[in-house]
Amino acid sequence: MTCLPAHPDKKLGLVIDLDTCVGCQACVTACKEWNTGGHMAPLTDIDPYGGHVDGVWFNRVHSYEHTTEMGGRTVNFPRSCLHCETPACVTVCPTGASYKRASDGIVLVDEDKCIGCKLCSWACPYGAREFDSDVGVMKKCTLCVDRIYNDNLAEEDRVPACVAACPTSARHFGDLGDPQSAVSQLVAERGGVDLMPELGYHPTNKYLPPRAHTQRAASVPAKALEPVRAEGGFLGWVDRMLSN
Amino acid sequence: MHPAFSVVFFTTATGAGYGLLALLGIFGGFQIIPADFWLGIVGLGLALGLIAAGLLSSTGHLGRPERAWRAFSQWRSSWLSREGVASVITFIPAGLFGIGWLFFGRTGGWVAIAGFLAAIGAVVTVCTTGMIYASLKPIAQWHSRYTLPAYLIFATMTGSVLLNALLQSFGVASIAVLALSLLITLLGWGWKLATWRHNDRLEIPTTANTATGLAGGTVRSLEWPHTEENYLLKEMGFRIARKHSAKLRRITQALAFWLPMLLLVAVFSVPYPFAAVLSALAAIAQFAGMLVERWLFFAEAKHTVTLYYGR
Repeated sequence: MTCLPAHPDKKLGLVIDLDTCVGCQACVTACKEWNTGGHMAPLTDIDPYGGHVDGVWFNRVHSYEHTTEMGGRTVNFPRSCLHCETPACVTVCPTGASYKRASDGIVLVDEDKCIGCKLCSWACPYGAREFDSDVGVMKKCTLCVDRIYNDNLAEEDRVPACVAACPTSARHFGDLGDPQSAVSQLVAERGGVDLMPELGYHPTNKYLPPRAHTQRAASVPAKALEPVRAEGGFLGWVDRMLSN
Repeated sequence: MHPAFSVVFFTTATGAGYGLLALLGIFGGFQIIPADFWLGIVGLGLALGLIAAGLLSSTGHLGRPERAWRAFSQWRSSWLSREGVASVITFIPAGLFGIGWLFFGRTGGWVAIAGFLAAIGAVVTVCTTGMIYASLKPIAQWHSRYTLPAYLIFATMTGSVLLNALLQSFGVASIAVLALSLLITLLGWGWKLATWRHNDRLEIPTTANTATGLAGGTVRSLEWPHTEENYLLKEMGFRIARKHSAKLRRITQALAFWLPMLLLVAVFSVPYPFAAVLSALAAIAQFAGMLVERWLFFAEAKHTVTLYYGR
């Protein structure tokens, strides 16, 4: 059913720290590695060794230069499905292939029902859904639904592959519907934000903005190089002779 | 947005087909046009043929067309599903109307009721098509109050110009249909100009700042996550150069509005065979012009995902 659950029991999602993300792409490769054999498998690659590489990825890391009056800085920005509370990608689906789970709020695609009309990718403002032209259906982040409830994994591994892989702990996983959860506390403490809040999709995933610039480490630029100018005396004579 | 030809053709053809079907139903039901067998078979054949060709073409951009029947199931939430349901249901009164007209040679009584129901079905179907686009918030050029009326106006416009061409060809011209086709083409031109004016002045609240959650200052894309174009850029990152856009807008206006209006004005004052030729030319030029218009409708629409790529 493409009608949305009124009150999901939980709101499982990610909190991504833009302050500590170093843009190493470990989450991207870990995601691809797990999911190409997981719930939405395969994550097809088209012409992987040719001149026009293309393929399905659930998670992509952009790099931006954010410039304010306080100065500029590079911000690495992982982009994946935000498992919105009001996901238009689900309600526009004509076949019922897209759905949002009432138990934990995860947005999934039933690949056996998808007709590949691509309308859900038009309805998603974040570019979270990618079309697999080889299989002919739409694919998207599953929040590693096949890891987080997997009794065959050790308890500490029951987190999405991207969270497990992050070397700087920039990615956090938990229930954002519970104000007492670690992720909710982190969002409250760091002023986590929604992406494109003006569109009203109410994303579950939150982003923690980079911490403010501080004056603790004053910038000490190297002394500027002086221009070479003609000198008098012996060195000046050498300079003129060598310049001829 | 990438202008896939299957979708461009689909909306243009079904728009003209449903417009023609609705007008045949209304003008036929009210006995304004004669229940002539050949007019009926060509008129309804053209209307239903355009609709069927459009619907078939729309399945061309599906990844799994063999599962298209599933699209009738989610009418509670999805405008695309509602479009599918409405388009199929409309075939029922349209079929009865055709049977009455062609086999019983009459368009009054129960046949008229079937004609009116087919007209209502056509209007509902065009509305659902318009709402598919008007409901998409990430595309500001579509998510506007101009989109739904545009679909209704253009369906009536192309349908009435087609109906006029048919009536003129069968030598049963109706001044009412001719006047309607001329006036609604003028309205269509005005609506398109107003839409372009609105879109050119759009101030979209969604920016690279709100897309990344980085408040204040400027956000510049330094590096993409991939070196080649991916699905998102191919499907939603389609861009058209401003100079081409201006030229294509002039071509749209010339073919879809100016030329048909000139020809239709001339039809008022020329006798039978010439009036039919000019009317047919008006319909052909307008259909070609509307294909360009619909291509631009996609090409000029900007999806918010392009903000992540600094476009």
